[in-house]
Amino acid sequence: MAAGIRFDPYVVPALDGVAYGLLVFVAAAGLVLCFGVAGILNLAHGTLYAIGGYTAAALLDGGWPSLALALAVGVVAATASGALVAGLLTRVAARNHLTQALLTFGVALAGGSLLVGAFGPDDPPVRVPAALDGSVVVAGHRYAAYRLVFIVVAALLAGLLHLVVRRTRAGMLVRAAVDDAEMVAVLGVSPARIRVGVLAAAGALAGAAGVLGAPIIGPGPDTADAVLLLSLVVVVLGGLGSMTGTLLAALAVGQIQTLGVALAPSAAPFLLFAAMAVVLAVRARGLATARRTT
Amino acid sequence: MRQGAVRALRRGVAAAVVVALVLAPWTVDDYTVALLARTLALGLVAVSVALLTGVAGLPTLGQTAPYAAGAYASAVVGSHLSDVGLAHLGIAAAAGAALAAVTVPLVVSARGVVLLMITLAVGELAVTVVGRWRSVTGGTDGLAGVPAIRPLWGLPVLATDRARYLYTLVVVAVLVGVVLLVLRTRVGLLLRAGRDDEARLRASGHRVPVHVAGVHVAAGAVAGAAGSLLVVAQQFVSPADFGFDTSALLLLGVVIGGTASVGGALVGAALVVAARDWLFGVLPGQAPLVLGLAFVAAVYLLPDGGRRPPVRGRLLPAVPARRPVPDRPTPTGVRA
Repeated sequence: MAAGIRFDPYVVPALDGVAYGLLVFVAAAGLVLCFGVAGILNLAHGTLYAIGGYTAAALLDGGWPSLALALAVGVVAATASGALVAGLLTRVAARNHLTQALLTFGVALAGGSLLVGAFGPDDPPVRVPAALDGSVVVAGHRYAAYRLVFIVVAALLAGLLHLVVRRTRAGMLVRAAVDDAEMVAVLGVSPARIRVGVLAAAGALAGAAGVLGAPIIGPGPDTADAVLLLSLVVVVLGGLGSMTGTLLAALAVGQIQTLGVALAPSAAPFLLFAAMAVVLAVRARGLATARRTT
Repeated sequence: MRQGAVRALRRGVAAAVVVALVLAPWTVDDYTVALLARTLALGLVAVSVALLTGVAGLPTLGQTAPYAAGAYASAVVGSHLSDVGLAHLGIAAAAGAALAAVTVPLVVSARGVVLLMITLAVGELAVTVVGRWRSVTGGTDGLAGVPAIRPLWGLPVLATDRARYLYTLVVVAVLVGVVLLVLRTRVGLLLRAGRDDEARLRASGHRVPVHVAGVHVAAGAVAGAAGSLLVVAQQFVSPADFGFDTSALLLLGVVIGGTASVGGALVGAALVVAARDWLFGVLPGQAPLVLGLAFVAAVYLLPDGGRRPPVRGRLLPAVPARRPVPDRPTPTGVRA
């Protein structure tokens, strides 16, 4: 870093927190959809993110075309994997939540093992496009250009998701299925098809997050678990089913993980736990009924 | 008549298993004995999972949290205070119960998949905290060289793998016996009633939230005690013992063993852990893949996933009236 640049220690962590939070939101949005619509706790969700991450690591070579290719391949692969999970689940959908958890965890274990087998046990390096490899000056601070662009792209994705869920017919059907699946079936739309579509869409979101977020939360053997945990925390904090709540929770978690660590390093391990405990204790009774009211 | 034969057969098998478990340390090598002791500790956690998931109808993925709390309490606090196993067990059970009590407000009104999600998040966060709180837990390196204990005041120190195994076996047998005895009383009846029809239990004036809180704390205490046994068995503790895969293996064991059967949960967890350890030896590198496929296969092959428990005094289980889901439905009339 060039000498003479004023360095306020908290601006960069705060920006990092925004990037981190938006990444977690895009990853967690898929989990909210699965959970809210299909009532499925998809434990393979982190693995779908890892698929995107590994695709990015394998295909990115520093150029723009490779980014487009990686995004396309990663999204398609993760969507297909989401649809596969949905296909496996439809035959046991009438069973209880335990079998669903077992099945999705089995898929996560097997998928994680296949990924490590294909890409090796180390964390592969990820090359961002050369044009974004440098840093830019934001309000007197140097900041990685890729992260800045990522913040914009992820915000666009979040806005797009909001529009799709709120304004399109598909989004309306999905919301209707949350409220009353039987009534949707009476209208002539198969809830099973909605479930498959939602799980595939969740896979697409996780895959996109994996490709675009690979330089932030990189692919590796531990990625799937870490992303699943962060997504779970964010979904629970956000009120189990609310997209807006999930976005706010994700941004808060991003700040806790970056700014919180910079401000209070000794308390860092407990901050996430404490935040969750506080939020849950305050609105614990609301959680049980949250799914219906969304 | 058939029921009587089945019952006799089950008693015979159970007796054979107990005899085999007692005689095991004299027939296999020390390494296997240590593995068996560790498996027994995990089996006790599975019992706590079965207590919540099967008996009370509260599915959980987070019993690793009190398990870890008990293990670290036993290793850190216990080692400073005393070298008596009973004291360690008490401290560990108290730690597990305390952690469970802290999380009661989060779980008391949640059911089904919401509960799975919350418990999983709590369990994973607890393990994350354990991994990062270096000054006390040793971080991801774990705590090695936990001193050996004596079971009771005045008894010799447990110096061999065989002695540690027998201590674990006795403690597990006693605790499982206590759980089974308690479940035969009115308490067990109330828990099962809450699982089968919560709204009706509420309507007849029972305070279901108190039952739910009670069974959570009790299951936390059992899991905490299991944590103490784990520390005794392997004289080492690290966050790797409480990872996400541990929760899932426990769940698989409980589902295989029959969710509502405490003994079945113990056996199922032991089978699953043994299969996992064997696979890691036979197929290094491929074990997670095979294990994952086994999970998927188990879901398809098991007769009904989580089987519905037979109703006492009937040959066949009652036909479920509405849907074959043993999870508790969200109680009607509960609003924020």
